[in-house]
Amino acid sequence: MYISLSDRGGGKRDKSLGAQTALASEVPFRLSPVILWLGIVSMVTDVSSESVTAILPLYVTGFLGLSTIAFGFIDGINQGASAIVRIAAGWAADRTGHPKRIALAGYGLSMLARIGFLFAGGFWAIAAIVTGDRIGKGIRTAPRDALISVSAQPEHLARSFGVHRMLDNIGAAAGPLIAFFVLLMIPNGFSTVFVVSLAFAVIGVAVLALVVPDIRAHGLKSSEAGGNRRLFAFSWSHLKEPGLGKLLIAAGFLGLVTIGDGFIYLVLQARDSFAVQWFPLLFVGTNVVFLALAIPLGRLADRVGKVPVFVGGHIALLATYLLAAAPFGGLWATTGCLILLGAFYAATDGVLAALASQLTPPGKLATGIASAQTVVALSRMTASAGFGVLWYAVGAPTAMLVAAALLACAVVAVAFILRAAKVAAGQDTNGGA
Amino acid sequence: MSGTLIAGKARWAILLAVTALVLVAAGIYAVGAYQRFEESRASASSVGVSAGQGLPKVPFVLFRNTASGQGYGNAATVPLSAPGGTRAVSEPECDRVYGTPETVVCLKTNRGLVTAFEAVVLNSDWQPQRSWPVPGIPSRTRISPDGSMIATTVFVSGHSYATAGFSTATEISLPGGTSGNLEDFALMVNGERLLATDRNIWGVTFVPGNSDAFYATAASSGRIWLVKGSLSKKTLTAVHDNVECPSISPDGTRIAYKKNDGGALAAHWKVAVLDLATGQETVLSEKRSVDDQIEWLDNQNLLYGLADDAAAGDSNIWKLGTDPGSQPGLFIAHAWSPSVVR
Repeated sequence: MYISLSDRGGGKRDKSLGAQTALASEVPFRLSPVILWLGIVSMVTDVSSESVTAILPLYVTGFLGLSTIAFGFIDGINQGASAIVRIAAGWAADRTGHPKRIALAGYGLSMLARIGFLFAGGFWAIAAIVTGDRIGKGIRTAPRDALISVSAQPEHLARSFGVHRMLDNIGAAAGPLIAFFVLLMIPNGFSTVFVVSLAFAVIGVAVLALVVPDIRAHGLKSSEAGGNRRLFAFSWSHLKEPGLGKLLIAAGFLGLVTIGDGFIYLVLQARDSFAVQWFPLLFVGTNVVFLALAIPLGRLADRVGKVPVFVGGHIALLATYLLAAAPFGGLWATTGCLILLGAFYAATDGVLAALASQLTPPGKLATGIASAQTVVALSRMTASAGFGVLWYAVGAPTAMLVAAALLACAVVAVAFILRAAKVAAGQDTNGGA
Repeated sequence: MSGTLIAGKARWAILLAVTALVLVAAGIYAVGAYQRFEESRASASSVGVSAGQGLPKVPFVLFRNTASGQGYGNAATVPLSAPGGTRAVSEPECDRVYGTPETVVCLKTNRGLVTAFEAVVLNSDWQPQRSWPVPGIPSRTRISPDGSMIATTVFVSGHSYATAGFSTATEISLPGGTSGNLEDFALMVNGERLLATDRNIWGVTFVPGNSDAFYATAASSGRIWLVKGSLSKKTLTAVHDNVECPSISPDGTRIAYKKNDGGALAAHWKVAVLDLATGQETVLSEKRSVDDQIEWLDNQNLLYGLADDAAAGDSNIWKLGTDPGSQPGLFIAHAWSPSVVR
């Protein structure tokens, strides 16, 4: 029923880039209901999590009267923990063969954390809840992307991820607006925001549990994967896979020169008062561009290839740096930065998952996706720390230009690495078929 | 086959029921919360209040009123001679306030679909004179005694996409413009310029009778210093360790501050006083953790706000003598952000 991944590289159709291009237009796109429902799960879950994230600083400092510097530390720890949990969850999804169950555990943990908000008082309670939510997010991401990958038509893989990311970002953009609307009506109505957030989390878990089928991710090739399975056989072994290893290296390279969005927003804010006033809208603006471009860029990736779009996304990021470092500010420069940044996410986030699943050997799908996402997350954390040093050493505009120069070098290097990866992967699958 | 069909139908019914149930429950809760808010806004204040006129005659205490009912969150004053008496509540809503006899600075949250934050300067009739956006949640504010310089500290909040995390932004507004973010000042520690990455500056206090000097907190790489700043030289020079949110006494000889003895993550702030001439530090007897910039009631007594554990969103202002044996006492109930105007 579901097109298995072993089809994707097999057959006679996928021998060259040209053949693949013909394929994408040959096969009519039909959105799998599984992807639609997973998108809806992500959408309501993002409404749930982003509504709380948006108001949490106000709640902690303005309402509870606590200093929040320590949240910076905790958030850093959580990001690291989330990245590690992600690989473990991906591995568990592959090992059990039931990605849905692992994803459900992740969504469920985040939902349980939201119940805690209704009773939370002090700093530690909130820190624990936020940590639970983050770990839940780490658990669910890779198994969910594996489900998308298995349910998608191989010819329209990036487009399918685009559909999911669009729905996901509708939730991410709507969440803060809902939260601020509640606070507009009820100034100290934080508990109302928490209740609304919990309601959306429950709906997300219910949709996932009741509607999304328990697809056996490697059911069709479990016999093949069975021999390969061993404990903790993640990322290191993947480096030996011809395609995925190179993708991980490339993604890590690019991640190392991808400075955090926070810095870009701070540069914009330091440059003109427009950005100060509309600071909260910068995040929403980026999200809106992301959701608008997710499907078109996914389609493009299916037509012209995922690697060019993935690399092209980083060229948009390069343009963002240059525009942010430019000596002129104002509405148009700021808007331009947001559009380019949103395009960067649209061209890289879902496309990376699509690329990773395409290059992952059967039976290790969730682990492969998780590895790629973890490499990106960890390398970006490193980049943010490094860029902070640069920022204070040479000032914001110069630091931006240095980052842009490094990114330009990385883009060129990665374009070569991934071209080689494509050839190697093509040979590999052809040999296998 | 028909079995799975029924199971399928049952699943949809359950999903529909769950969705309807939680949405209705959340809706009922929201409507209830809205009604409670409307009632509390319309109800008389829980403390004695009078409608706001202009700023009263000095000396008085300016603060944020946190008594439930009408006027919650508004700037208010009481005469220094009767701090527990009837409070005059004004129109402006402020998260932090500070004042001189002629000028009030008010850091406020402008709620909306895009929530923004603003610093507003008000005259003695509570009329806005000028305002400017600030890049985060209000934390501290101070005015120099002559009213010419205004310091603001805000929390620049994180977001799921903003990996920079939490940080502070502190600026001083000068008659001819702004200092810019104090993070860009040269930070000198033991005679050397510090170039570390994670730098935060917060909690400015102005030295009386000096238009160039101020004190503030600087933090970097887990270390925290009391720094003395110079506006003309754009420098911050570390003068003491582990001092947060300094507040200089009216006579300019001592600094009261919060001192963390609980570690970076489990902060517990004691109240302490530093003698600037001798460098001698005295830790006072307050056992609760004080997360506020302390205000001097006079040269021997301190004021600070503490959140009220019994009621979320409420707080009280406490008084503590600078003798080591002095015990804290309630100064103004249901109040926050004290400013003694003399």
